[in-house]
Amino acid sequence: MDEQELTNSRLGSLEYDPAPESAGIAHLRPSYGLFIDGKFTDPSSHEQFVSLNPATEEVLATVAQSSREDVDRAVASARHAYDTVWSKTSGAERSKYLFRIARLIQERARELAVVETLDNGKPIRESRDVDVPLSAAHFFYYAGWADKLGYAGFGPHPQPIGVAGQIIPWNFPLLMAAWKLAPALAAGNTCVLKPAETTSLSALLLAEILQQADLPPGVVNIITGDGSSGAALVDHPGVDKIAFTGSTDVGRQIQQRVAPSQKRLTLELGGKGANIVFEDAPIDEMIEGIIDGIFFNQGHVCCAGSRLLVQESIADDVLRRLVRRMEQLRVGDPMDKNTDVGAINSSAQLARIRELSSFGESEGATRYTSNCALPDKGYWFAPTVFANVSQSHRIAREEIFGPVLSVLTFRTPEEAVVKANNTNYGLACGVWSEKGSRTLWVAQRLRAGVIWANTYNKFDPASPFGGVRESGFGREGGRHGLEAYLDV
Amino acid sequence: MSTAPLRLVTSDDYGVKIANKSSVPSVGSEAQLKSVLASLAGVDAVGLEGRCAKLATRSIKKSTKLAAIDLAISMIDLTTLEGADTPGRVRSLCAKALRPDPRDLTVPSVAAVCVYPDLVTEARSALGNSTVAVASVATAFPSGRASLKVKLLDVTEAVEAGADEIDMVIDRGAFLSGRVGEVFEEIVAVKEACRDAHLKVILETGELVTYDNVRRASWLAMLAGADFIKTSTGKVSVNATTPVALVMLEGVRDFAEATGRLVGVKVAGGIRSTKDAMRYLVLVNETVGSSWLSPDRFRLGASSLLNDLLMQRLKQHRGAYVRADEFSGD
Repeated sequence: MDEQELTNSRLGSLEYDPAPESAGIAHLRPSYGLFIDGKFTDPSSHEQFVSLNPATEEVLATVAQSSREDVDRAVASARHAYDTVWSKTSGAERSKYLFRIARLIQERARELAVVETLDNGKPIRESRDVDVPLSAAHFFYYAGWADKLGYAGFGPHPQPIGVAGQIIPWNFPLLMAAWKLAPALAAGNTCVLKPAETTSLSALLLAEILQQADLPPGVVNIITGDGSSGAALVDHPGVDKIAFTGSTDVGRQIQQRVAPSQKRLTLELGGKGANIVFEDAPIDEMIEGIIDGIFFNQGHVCCAGSRLLVQESIADDVLRRLVRRMEQLRVGDPMDKNTDVGAINSSAQLARIRELSSFGESEGATRYTSNCALPDKGYWFAPTVFANVSQSHRIAREEIFGPVLSVLTFRTPEEAVVKANNTNYGLACGVWSEKGSRTLWVAQRLRAGVIWANTYNKFDPASPFGGVRESGFGREGGRHGLEAYLDV
Repeated sequence: MSTAPLRLVTSDDYGVKIANKSSVPSVGSEAQLKSVLASLAGVDAVGLEGRCAKLATRSIKKSTKLAAIDLAISMIDLTTLEGADTPGRVRSLCAKALRPDPRDLTVPSVAAVCVYPDLVTEARSALGNSTVAVASVATAFPSGRASLKVKLLDVTEAVEAGADEIDMVIDRGAFLSGRVGEVFEEIVAVKEACRDAHLKVILETGELVTYDNVRRASWLAMLAGADFIKTSTGKVSVNATTPVALVMLEGVRDFAEATGRLVGVKVAGGIRSTKDAMRYLVLVNETVGSSWLSPDRFRLGASSLLNDLLMQRLKQHRGAYVRADEFSGD
């Protein structure tokens, strides 16, 4: 980048007209009750709160705030369904329900994608091509296990645990519901699911799908509400197992509350994933992988590749290409089919991203922020890359959970491994190299639950997912995912 | 602690930067050429195909679609390469090339008419001094299995008959057996035989098979002086694909940034629908940008594509499709 450059070929000069998906497909009701015992019911307090579209700040619907009493009802319903129906239902029959749910998700895919994008702020391209198809895939995958549990490696007759309380985050609302419900139901448990406060709507649409699938009442109950509803579920003595996906802080609180009880616990928490780039990496695909690793879903991804470790010999070239590619990202209306980066899910999250990013500047990193135009209304944060970041900077250590990448350099594979492992987290890492032996050498030494080689943020229901250390414990997906819901 | 400088990135900072000082890697010997080709970054097939699949979901609507259709028409090398070609067939193709839709003179002419060398004279006289160029395949197209002497004669005859552009094929056999110096020398010799004619070098990517080979062959052709690199002859079972086109576009982008020379890309074979053409234009738009969004730097080798573009164009204006017979069959 010096005086040598003469002209510039502008990327994206052919501008795309808006191509919005129709919001009318969502058919949202003005208000939603709690899904208990197979029916939508009013919460005991009759209290409702609003669910906003984070891209416009418009109210989409009101959602019920469940109290301790409602949690009681939901757990009682799940217990009754477990005792009288579900524990007596054969694996082959449970499998049929799961297949039916999977097919109904596919049938109503467009509607689910629109609801997800309206409620969460993620681009319609992602909800349509990732969230919804993967959700269906999870139900299909675990439908196949339901009658084969004796062959899953947990003994000849593995038994369910009972009633599972499941608390899920706002970043992949429908997909996380699928990750929780599908293995739990396949293994023979009944469930009380609590979606995140800001993103309840796709779970409530899933409740309609469960009704359509004729799932016996009480096998799945969905209670909406804020953190107090989640706490009531965690504390409830009638719950045999808690599965939580969310922040490390809340996960720590849950572990403390569950400690004195007999409850089983699995936690999938935060991360500060290292994406390690060697000088022989396939450069163009690697740039795409870095972009996907941090800007997919606005960086609201627990396994996001939020720390880029680049071999120093190619750092300048990688940074130049990376920033050029970042500038090309189309940020804006999540309902537009050509949008790459959508809205931040809530004002609270936006405030957190802004605060942590400001540390990046004050600590002396070099900030590159996309010059994209941001809408006036809604919650937005322009894609950002910090270069010249050190291990000691807060932006290299704390999870930002937003479209912000920290770039660090290394000299040798040993140093890359040391830097990658120098974190409290251990969820995911990426390794980019054309040399297979080095990729394997590095992968074996990384302390993380998931390692991607020459790709990032790739998910498959057959592949176990989960972390080590402050990223949690327990696995979701694959044969391993069954263990969390079996008495083994 | 001091506040770090905030850099707001702008498109001007970060487009494709064309170097103004040529620094073409030295390839004086075959060993040097081999080391330059070996130094190119590998291509990860899964990532490449994933990127193309994602770009294929771009939704091109309304005024963008109209602009892109006209741009695509202006980029077509309208092609007839059949054993049954006749002067009459070439004349009717030339008429279509000049005025794709005779009732609507706002439809642009295509970029070129592409024929076998023995029909260049016919095409030249039909096109006269119009903006539509005469392109001719040469060098024992499509297999390239002839001596250099025969290939050069093929080129010279086409150029003397009035061809503005020559589409040569590389010797895939030599490339695959590692004789890259031979391929290089052949392109240099053909380029010289072209005189003022523009040289498009066909890599026949369907026979090179791997994306790494496509990247290396692209650089080889560019280093040897190609004005365009072209995917395919259209005569083998695998022709242009979007991943192959993306590798080649990345090649011309990196080459321009390194050497200051802008090389064009031509995709050919199997491109029949407006949707196909839009997908290639999206790749160009998002990989190499404005300098390549012109017939000078990007071409679509096709025949039946033109009528589909005309049909979609009319649909955009009228809101309804018309019968296929509304357009001439040439």
